[in-house]
Amino acid sequence: MNDAYHDNNNFLCEAPSAAANDTVIAICDLKKAFGDKVVLSGIDMNLLRGENLVVLGKSGSGKSVSIKCMVGLLTQDSGSLKIFDKEVSELSVTELKMLRMKVGFLFQSGALYDSMTVEQNLEFPLTRVLKLKDKNGIRASVEEVLEGVGLLDAINKMPSDLSGGMRKRVGLARTLILRPEIMLYDEPTTGLDPITSREISELILQMQQKYKISSIIITHDMACARITADRLLVLNQGKFIAEGNYEQLEHSPDELVRSFFK
Amino acid sequence: MPLFSSFTKPFASAGDQAVFLGHFFRNIFQRGFEWNEFLRQCYIIGNKSLSLVGITGFILGFVLTLQSEPTLKAFGAESFVPSMVAISVIREIGPVIIALICAGKIASSIGAELGSMKVSEQIDAMEVSGANPVQYLVVTRILACIIMIPLLTLIADALALIGGYCASNISNKVNLTLYFNKAFSSLSFTDLIPAVIKTIFFGFAIGFVGCYKGYNSDRGTESVGVAANSAVVSASLWVILLDAIAVQLTSVFAYN
Repeated sequence: MNDAYHDNNNFLCEAPSAAANDTVIAICDLKKAFGDKVVLSGIDMNLLRGENLVVLGKSGSGKSVSIKCMVGLLTQDSGSLKIFDKEVSELSVTELKMLRMKVGFLFQSGALYDSMTVEQNLEFPLTRVLKLKDKNGIRASVEEVLEGVGLLDAINKMPSDLSGGMRKRVGLARTLILRPEIMLYDEPTTGLDPITSREISELILQMQQKYKISSIIITHDMACARITADRLLVLNQGKFIAEGNYEQLEHSPDELVRSFFK
Repeated sequence: MPLFSSFTKPFASAGDQAVFLGHFFRNIFQRGFEWNEFLRQCYIIGNKSLSLVGITGFILGFVLTLQSEPTLKAFGAESFVPSMVAISVIREIGPVIIALICAGKIASSIGAELGSMKVSEQIDAMEVSGANPVQYLVVTRILACIIMIPLLTLIADALALIGGYCASNISNKVNLTLYFNKAFSSLSFTDLIPAVIKTIFFGFAIGFVGCYKGYNSDRGTESVGVAANSAVVSASLWVILLDAIAVQLTSVFAYN
């Protein structure tokens, strides 16, 4: 394993206060299994403020499981998972709800509510989570984020009328409308054509710059990784096996790591 | 080990259902009741089942009259046909048949809808956004079933009496006022009230089972079909079980 990876992560487990100011997510020895199948066998990682961290890995390597643990959709078996210095597994229901307002999650499919129009999809978190009542203010927020993802024309459409790329953009807009400080992207470009994939990747980069968001991007699309990544981690069989920037990992001595770049 | 798990599985499932029931009751009284979604569900459940329930009710009364009339005629008691149809439909056959039809139509559609929302991660998306999916999806659907299924049953009962009147008119010319006078004179509130109360429980069982099966379905498209199917089977079973309990309670408290 990459030495830099060890050096970078040891401080998380041993002396979190040293880098705590800049660390928004700190994971130490996180383990998760489903029955006999071990998915995460003790991962360590950190996400720094304003950083785009790309997690690479084969299908079934535990990438999605790791980010679902971060938002409390799954509970880890052991280990520490801190977001904004708070242990996620120890949060009360109200505290978890507050945390989820700061952490956006873009699902692989977009996960749009298919019985609602695009506008109603975007209004949903504003009226239910922020409890906003002002209809003009809500409409203005919806139009602003839709304009940000370039889909203002689709405001009255149903999700079934949208293409795969448009659904992901609307999903991104629905997440961004709550102004999260952290974004978790679960394979944002999977199933899209190369042009739309590139557009989505550039959109992720724009959102990072515009809203100063820290992001974890789960992907095995190397074009997306090259555009968006400040730093990459490679997950294999429930463990991170390498860390570095795009160029470093492209020339890694590890054959498995290099194979992602071919 | 498989023997042990097959023994513990029903208990684990009962425990899960108890927890789900707890979530439902806790969320009824939370702030921010979803009135629009509740009314939308009332419309969907009521309006979209109305034709099926109406036709079933009409045919129920029609067939019951045609079947019973020759037998009663043999004893010279054909004047009791309206009373017999009214009592049997309102007390027992109407609520049970309509509840079983609703179990097939409503429980399956709720199970399939929530199951597909689970599979397509829409429920997870609601949860991670900080919204409350139980309040939005479960509470509204169960309450809509509790309100609409008794109303559908009353409509079906009324149409069953009209069906009975039409059937009586095939063999004899029967006066409408006379027919309904005969039907209602044999009925009392002790026939109607217990029947309405039990349809409230049928509505709860149908809504709850549909929501539980859909909300807790596995990942994968196959599980949507499984959720819909098991919702119908479980809801039908609950309807019959609750009816058996209701009949016992009614005979103890209402007819003594």
